[in-house]
Amino acid sequence: MTDVLLAETWWWPFVMIIVAGWLATDVWRWLGVFAGGRLREDGELLIWVRCVATALVAGVISKLILFPQGVLADTPIWLRLAATGVGFAAFFAARQRVVVGVLSAEAFLLCGWLALDKLG
Amino acid sequence: MTVPERPERPELLTDTPVPGRIWMLRGARAAISIPALILTAAFVGYAGLARETGLTLAETLAMTGLVWALPSVVVLTGALSSGMGLLPAGIAVALASVRLMPMTMALMPLIKVPGKTRNWQLLIASHFVAVTAWVYAMKHLPDLPKEGRLPFFVGFGGSVSSFVFCMTAIAYLLVERLPDIVAGALFLLTPVYFLCSLWGASRLNADRVAMIAGLALGPLFFIYFPGLDLLWTGLVGGTLAYVGTRLYRRGLT
Repeated sequence: MTDVLLAETWWWPFVMIIVAGWLATDVWRWLGVFAGGRLREDGELLIWVRCVATALVAGVISKLILFPQGVLADTPIWLRLAATGVGFAAFFAARQRVVVGVLSAEAFLLCGWLALDKLG
Repeated sequence: MTVPERPERPELLTDTPVPGRIWMLRGARAAISIPALILTAAFVGYAGLARETGLTLAETLAMTGLVWALPSVVVLTGALSSGMGLLPAGIAVALASVRLMPMTMALMPLIKVPGKTRNWQLLIASHFVAVTAWVYAMKHLPDLPKEGRLPFFVGFGGSVSSFVFCMTAIAYLLVERLPDIVAGALFLLTPVYFLCSLWGASRLNADRVAMIAGLALGPLFFIYFPGLDLLWTGLVGGTLAYVGTRLYRRGLT
């Protein structure tokens, strides 16, 4: 049976979702459970693991901003960076309130986007 | 470590044990929060993408519920729409999901009561590990008594994912096509939210340095080592941050 025939059945996407989606994702969580079970709450090893996890998530963040998916990719990179910068600055100015940061970034992006549309 | 943040809740001050289901309900109540709303908005944006790509409602919901990590869901959507084979799609998703392992590892010592917590309980709880719930847990769980943390986390994660699941379905059915500017704004929501909340959840200088290192290294590794880029970002950035701040804390001992 070729891939083309398989792809046309109704159940093939669900096999993909279960094997290539669910198993490929949850296996890391399960490995994390077993590998993390022996870590001590106050240990040096945990500090390192947390650093690795934090750096990974930070990498996801800068990728989402610099190389976005979908329509956001059509906006100029400086607009996305400026909106993020404004949001992060507002987050600090508001004594680290996340919602202020998020709303400021969105407001800056929308204003910039509309202005560019008018000019272009 | 059990200093209560809100003294108006006297039940946190007493020594009488609170049953697990009460902690679970408290977690569910805490789920009514800004992070949950932002995540919901991000998934509403995803529902638009899924519908445009030609995914059915059942497929969209199966991915939301089973994968439960937005970046991995987006990768799998791309794989399904381009007719990628099972193995390459699995590898692509697995690479996008590696970050869940160190995240889960870092969470375990917080929620595990040695000698009491069963592994199957931790395996179930681990499914809710994704950036939103993880950041929230790292920030708030240390303020709770140890016995309450696991049920609280399950209550929190379970409610957030059920709510997002329903809202994704509603968005898929109601919104035929989002206007470009709305879809774009929804896509920016996730990184800005992650950025602010990750900073807010960092407790040590090491966490903050690791975050800055990851922000800087992520794009570099993406350009020069695409595929394994996030893994390298985590290992190199995290290790640099750890070693650097350790030298600062302790000198060369």
